[in-house]
Amino acid sequence: MKQAPVTTGYGAAIRDGFEYLLANHPSVFTIGQGLWSPWYVGNSMTDLDSQFGRERVIDTPVSELGCTGAALGAALCGYRPVVIHPRVDFMLLAVDQIVSQAAKWRSMFGGQVCAPITVRAIINRGGEQGAQHSQSLQSWFAHIPGLRVVMPSTPTDARDLLIASVLSDDPVLYLDDRWLYGLEEELPPIEERNLALEGPRLTRTGQDLTLVGCSYSAHLCREAAARLSANGIECDVIDIRVLNPLDATLLIKSAKKTGRVLAVDGDWRSCGMAAEVIASIVEAVDPRVMRAAPRRVTLPDAPAPTSSPLERSYYPTVDYIVQRGLALVGAQQETFE
Amino acid sequence: MYRNASSLGNLADADRYHEPLSIDADDTTALLNGLQRMILIRVVEEKIGDMVSQGVVKCPCHLAIGQEAPAVGVAGYVRKGDRVFGAHRSHGHFLALGGSPHGLLAEVQGKDTGVSRGMGGSMHLIDIPNGLFGTVPIVGATIPIAVGAGIAAKMDGNGDMAVSFFGDGATEEGAFHESMNLAATMKVPVLFVCENNFFSSHLHINLRQPDTSVCRYAEAHRVGWARADGNDLAAVRAVTKEAVEAIRAGEGPRFLELVTYRWRGHVGHREDEDVGVKRKDDLAAWKLRDPISRLAVALESLGALDRQQLKRYWTDAHSVVEEAWAAATHDGYPPAKALLSRVYSGTMARKH
Repeated sequence: MKQAPVTTGYGAAIRDGFEYLLANHPSVFTIGQGLWSPWYVGNSMTDLDSQFGRERVIDTPVSELGCTGAALGAALCGYRPVVIHPRVDFMLLAVDQIVSQAAKWRSMFGGQVCAPITVRAIINRGGEQGAQHSQSLQSWFAHIPGLRVVMPSTPTDARDLLIASVLSDDPVLYLDDRWLYGLEEELPPIEERNLALEGPRLTRTGQDLTLVGCSYSAHLCREAAARLSANGIECDVIDIRVLNPLDATLLIKSAKKTGRVLAVDGDWRSCGMAAEVIASIVEAVDPRVMRAAPRRVTLPDAPAPTSSPLERSYYPTVDYIVQRGLALVGAQQETFE
Repeated sequence: MYRNASSLGNLADADRYHEPLSIDADDTTALLNGLQRMILIRVVEEKIGDMVSQGVVKCPCHLAIGQEAPAVGVAGYVRKGDRVFGAHRSHGHFLALGGSPHGLLAEVQGKDTGVSRGMGGSMHLIDIPNGLFGTVPIVGATIPIAVGAGIAAKMDGNGDMAVSFFGDGATEEGAFHESMNLAATMKVPVLFVCENNFFSSHLHINLRQPDTSVCRYAEAHRVGWARADGNDLAAVRAVTKEAVEAIRAGEGPRFLELVTYRWRGHVGHREDEDVGVKRKDDLAAWKLRDPISRLAVALESLGALDRQQLKRYWTDAHSVVEEAWAAATHDGYPPAKALLSRVYSGTMARKH
């Protein structure tokens, strides 16, 4: 009898990553708020404290700045800590340690030392949670030289890029998204990867339009591409995966092929990641090759609302991306079944 | 002697403690070494001050002239395996731990031979072989980092500790309080050393805090504390010894408040009278609390030091510094490619 393949969800895949790291790398430990309270971080760390001990899975006093700095200090002393912020918003209390300390440590001391800290923050929005429980802010952090920014959009990447982040000698901001926790796939065996060699990935090919996104937006792009395909429009879909440093090679290559680019990002428009994607392309691609001006789909430049009707119009959806994609290729109307 | 957490008492009185130190209880050799080290720090910093005034050194230099004793006193109890962090006024910490004057003087000139290879300047110093894991000028920033280094030391299980040097201004930062709470809760082996020199930039502590003493914070966080005359090497050594023994015995963090005074201004070579800090009388009185001359006189009266020897300490320091300075001026700047090549390591950890 043929056995059904074992699929793993995105959150559980992160847990697999932690389990692998804690089991195979004695220098790894995790620290942050809510780590002994698994619901706080979804199912992504369930029971790790009982499995590996509370000396390696450390729940802390309320001190985002303090424990991020402490993780950095331990990183400077040969450990590979992962500091966990159950929401990106809370991490903002620790920005000095991430931006001015960890990201600069190597450069400002002449490249003699490295600061292998991983900061994991969870994007957790919607559900009428309002402006201070909803931010993702990848555009801010991708602006900072010295800080690698990683955003997985699939369970396999969630696991493997976490492992690569923790094993990287550079400081890494790893952002995972609660809206992806329901995604499942069959995971290949774990392979330790060099994060410096990881970058954007082409996840679907087509000649009409390039859809680019990261994290949940990459997932939306894949869904939209399937819908567009049903309308006869074939898309290249690029999952950025590593936002900083950004390797734009694939973006440029795809834009040259399709001549049309739609950049999708779940962060704000102004000075955002979508702008960076488009700028990287238009700087490198002869405008005569482009068949239409590149467009972007982002959050509107407003803090997240609480009220659900406003929330529905706030976040990009597959429908909206499909609409914009159709407009970009000049199609009249999507044909719905 | 100083048991009141909320008052500096006589220690804040500039007209007191002008007499020679009482050093009978301490080790003479250690004090002589300490004196030599303080003299070296003084001479290096005076050289840097001169070069700042001549416009040769341009990076922001925060001199610790007059406050050499805390650095030297604490460094005497730092052993291999310990991890020390400093802040913007850390030339003294660097030199006290055994850092090379050439490395420092090259760094303030932005040379590739500097301790941070010309990428850091005066405010970003590092010397891992001597236990200095980094100094940075964001006030309070290295305090949690030192706590993390202490967590690492605890995990290593060798009885090593972390040391965090900071000023009284840093005790106003949230980072300080989060760090104290974290360290106390987790019993982290870390020594918090506050050099209370009364000033944060140009603002006196009287205008920043309801009290001149910061030990009350340690008391609030249930961290054992001690206070000492920060211009008295023997006193600094005594409180450090006790604190370090407790930390190495696994008792968790300790806090020291070492009361001292900044002779020069917040930044640069001047004394800050030029920017309107009115402290002329105070400064003159504090100069009589000079940690170097008070110790030298005490050692002389004990018969452990004579005039010739003392003179030689100064001459030696001057020749070391002049030689290091001359060498550093001939050193090269970092290559242009350093700008990008030193940002990322690009490598990954090897499997354990």
